[in-house]
Amino acid sequence: MGLGNAMVNDTSCEITLDNLLEMPEGRRILTCIQCGMCAGTCPYGDVMDYPPRKIINMLRAGLLEEVFASASLLSCVACYTCEAKCPRDIRLTEVLLPLVKEQTFLNLTEVPPELQSVLQDTLRYGNPMSESPRKRTRWLRTTDVPVRDLSKDAAPVDVLWFVECYPSYHPRGQDGTRATARLFQALGIDFGILGNEEKCAGECARLLGEAGLFDTLMDYNMAVFRNYEFRRIVTSGAHAYDAFRYQYPAVGFNYEVHHTTPFLASHLDTLRPLLTKELDLAVTYHDSCCLGRHNGFYEEPRALLEAIPGVRLVEMPHNRINAICCGGGGGGMWLDTYFKEKGYERLSDRRVEEAVATGADVLAVSCPYEVSRFEDSLKLLGHEDRMVVRDVTELLGEATGEPIEA
Amino acid sequence: MAGNIWVMAEQWNGGISEVTYELLALGRELADGLGVSLEVVLLGHEAEELAAGLGEADVVLYGDDPALQEPTAEAYSRVLTAVIRERGPHGILIPVTNVTWDLLGLLPAELGAPLLNFCKDVGVADGRLEARCLLYGGKMEANVAATGTPAILGVMAGARAADGPAAGEAPPIERFPVSLPEAPRTELQRYVEAEAGDVDLTQQEVLVAVGRGIGFQDNVELAEELAEELGGAVCGSRPVIDQGWLSLSRQIGKSGVIVKPRLYVAAGISGAPEHVEGMKDSEMIIAINTDPEAPIFSVAHYGIVEDANDVMEALTEAIQEAKG
Amino acid sequence: MKIVVLLKMVPDVVEELELGPDGRSLDLELLRLIINERDEHALEQALLLKERHGGTVTVVALDAPEIDDVLFTALARGVDRVVKIEGAPETLTTHGAASLLAGGLPDIPDLLPADLLLTGCQAMDDLDAQTGPFLAQRLGLPYVGVISGVEVDLEAQRAFVSKEYPGGMHGDFEVTLPALLGIQAAATAPRYVPVAKVRAAMQSGEVEAISPSAQPEPPLVEVLKMMKLEAAGHAEMLEGSVEEVAGRVAELLGERGLL
Repeated sequence: MGLGNAMVNDTSCEITLDNLLEMPEGRRILTCIQCGMCAGTCPYGDVMDYPPRKIINMLRAGLLEEVFASASLLSCVACYTCEAKCPRDIRLTEVLLPLVKEQTFLNLTEVPPELQSVLQDTLRYGNPMSESPRKRTRWLRTTDVPVRDLSKDAAPVDVLWFVECYPSYHPRGQDGTRATARLFQALGIDFGILGNEEKCAGECARLLGEAGLFDTLMDYNMAVFRNYEFRRIVTSGAHAYDAFRYQYPAVGFNYEVHHTTPFLASHLDTLRPLLTKELDLAVTYHDSCCLGRHNGFYEEPRALLEAIPGVRLVEMPHNRINAICCGGGGGGMWLDTYFKEKGYERLSDRRVEEAVATGADVLAVSCPYEVSRFEDSLKLLGHEDRMVVRDVTELLGEATGEPIEA
Repeated sequence: MAGNIWVMAEQWNGGISEVTYELLALGRELADGLGVSLEVVLLGHEAEELAAGLGEADVVLYGDDPALQEPTAEAYSRVLTAVIRERGPHGILIPVTNVTWDLLGLLPAELGAPLLNFCKDVGVADGRLEARCLLYGGKMEANVAATGTPAILGVMAGARAADGPAAGEAPPIERFPVSLPEAPRTELQRYVEAEAGDVDLTQQEVLVAVGRGIGFQDNVELAEELAEELGGAVCGSRPVIDQGWLSLSRQIGKSGVIVKPRLYVAAGISGAPEHVEGMKDSEMIIAINTDPEAPIFSVAHYGIVEDANDVMEALTEAIQEAKG
Repeated sequence: MKIVVLLKMVPDVVEELELGPDGRSLDLELLRLIINERDEHALEQALLLKERHGGTVTVVALDAPEIDDVLFTALARGVDRVVKIEGAPETLTTHGAASLLAGGLPDIPDLLPADLLLTGCQAMDDLDAQTGPFLAQRLGLPYVGVISGVEVDLEAQRAFVSKEYPGGMHGDFEVTLPALLGIQAAATAPRYVPVAKVRAAMQSGEVEAISPSAQPEPPLVEVLKMMKLEAAGHAEMLEGSVEEVAGRVAELLGERGLL
């Protein structure tokens, strides 16, 4: 769980100041200088009862109960801004806040109903869309690229492609998935998928404090991985990438792991000659929180986009480390009604206004949540005629000259 | 020699409910099929005049007692058990509604008799009653036969068309003795009216109904926009009321309101019997659901297999355009 | 206050239902089971009453696939004791299952008598019985169903319940205790329990199992055939993109003078 497994077997699930300070990241809070960079740059810092800075202060003062009794951390969308800006390198988003949120969760008298059903269904069906696990590979019927489903046709492969939930089930996610399959094939990648045995990596559940759900999914996924032979994992899910890279090693995961965007960028030499179709488009790239701020993959997606003939990159004022989160992480994807009731601004609206102001034709993204969130905002703000949202893989797919509609 | 076919008359709101007449039409077919009489059981207190429209039956079996004034299951089950044991009908048809729900559970248990519940249709085959019953939220149907008599059949509304009370004279009324010696263990204290909603759904020409399939409470707005374009109101199935997305006054179905608007748009509603009961007689039903096998499609006139929110949005736009 | 909650598992319709080879029942291989939603409300109502009046809540269920998950989750929600009745044949109609429960309950040590028994008033596989009333009749208990509000006066040995009627109407009933109530909806939605608590319950909690001698009563109905909803009387399906379909509907509405 990233905390040295302190919680995994603890049946009491209780945190005290003492056992908090025994954990590596817990001890780190003693180095906080209360500079306020975290609270200041947090997109919802002004509406939280206790923004990150205050939380650390209160924890250090032993006021754990007060912190855990406040539901305000439900407003955290796990955008990694606080962690990226912290001068003490305290792993706020990745470690400390989930720890606090887990306690908050255990104490919550009422979980927002939409979130509750998403969490229950993720546990039960392995995806947050409440869809049957048997429908996870339905997208295969709509692609002409041969995809090896290891659960039906096992064989050693080089790459296990962990497709993830939105790219599997959501129609717009499937557009990117079909494009990815085509790109993998064009690049001669030897890959397979887990098929209906794949379940959510659960990172967003973990980020919002449902550590038990994350652990259950992690146990399950690790057991499935052990049934197959592959050298490395490439995933279309930015959050899944984080889960595999930072959390799963604690339970023995030792595969090489990549997200599709940097992975494709590493094949740019082979990919570039295949991008034959000219797309006369001005594109602005939105840095996703996981790939960008958390992992520093700023230039890779841009390199891919610039390799497409006819594409002109335009930057938004808040780019790279300063990008504005779409608001979907940490449970935000399923808390829109809750946020609305509290009168919060939708972050995706804020971001889309900025994107539209660049005058670009396309808002390019690389995290599955972003497509639907930004498309919703475009509609809501009345900008659908001015701009479209496309995953980087969709644009690459289009540039190979193949149509990517089903 | 088969016993007679009985129909239990359902009383609600001071009169005989419409579904009773549907069951009488069905009962007549079954009685003819078995070559027996059709008898209707009416329970109440000083309620003989309600027998007036029950002329489809050959005779009204009337049981009177103050304890039968309201259709409470404990008393009704006791009385029916006794009179059924006494007279040995072949089967008794009882409508499936909130009013009779408990009775449909208690009566077969008390009698040790077969229950066929959620019947869409009933027929006679080889001297046995066979029914087509709904299961699994209406997703499956089963042909079921009673293996003994008397059989208790819970029949859904809509099994037969009926024009309401029979014209002409009331059938002969036969009073049977009612004995309720024990003190009741369940006692109705009072009825509590539904809180007056801002809208009377039964008076609306157009209703846009939402179900769980719209996903999030936010999306109720899409229904409201569509309803506004069409000059109608928003309503919902039980689950969305339970989740607090709409108030109780907007509930359609078994515990809610029965409506027959000119247009009923069912967005993200699966079509479980408890909901369908409330809207199946709408003049035009358009159903939207991502599941092509959703039971709603067998009740709707037009069906669309798409995300309900996408369709509601597009429809609002299309209507705006059409209106110019 | 002593409360017993009866719950059962029903087919999960999120998974597509398929017919089994005998044509009269569901294909068990593809079937997944889920807790009956009304029973979940009964459980929640029991916990709310326990919070108000103190006492214990015991959950009893027939053994079924995935029931242990449900029982441990119940423990994590605050139930005191969970018991499963084993030995039920694989397929049972509701009548058979209810008869097993009725026969098995007296065999569970220290269970009966209880003040209140709660169960859901409806399940999607209720073909030939309603579990609540059937149990009530066998146990000699008063029954009211379709309930969405429960209050208890233990001293007076009375429950005050709100029963749902059509048109949003309610009926207030007074019921003598002990009683069995069929719950439609708990006062508040079934609470969420963090998975960590369920996992903790799995480690430290216990599911009691008993094998009663009672046999299920034979069914009184015969399922001759089962089929997916008939296509007869089916809607005219509109095809095309969302925009095309919307346009078509607008046309239809215009033709009917509904615009």
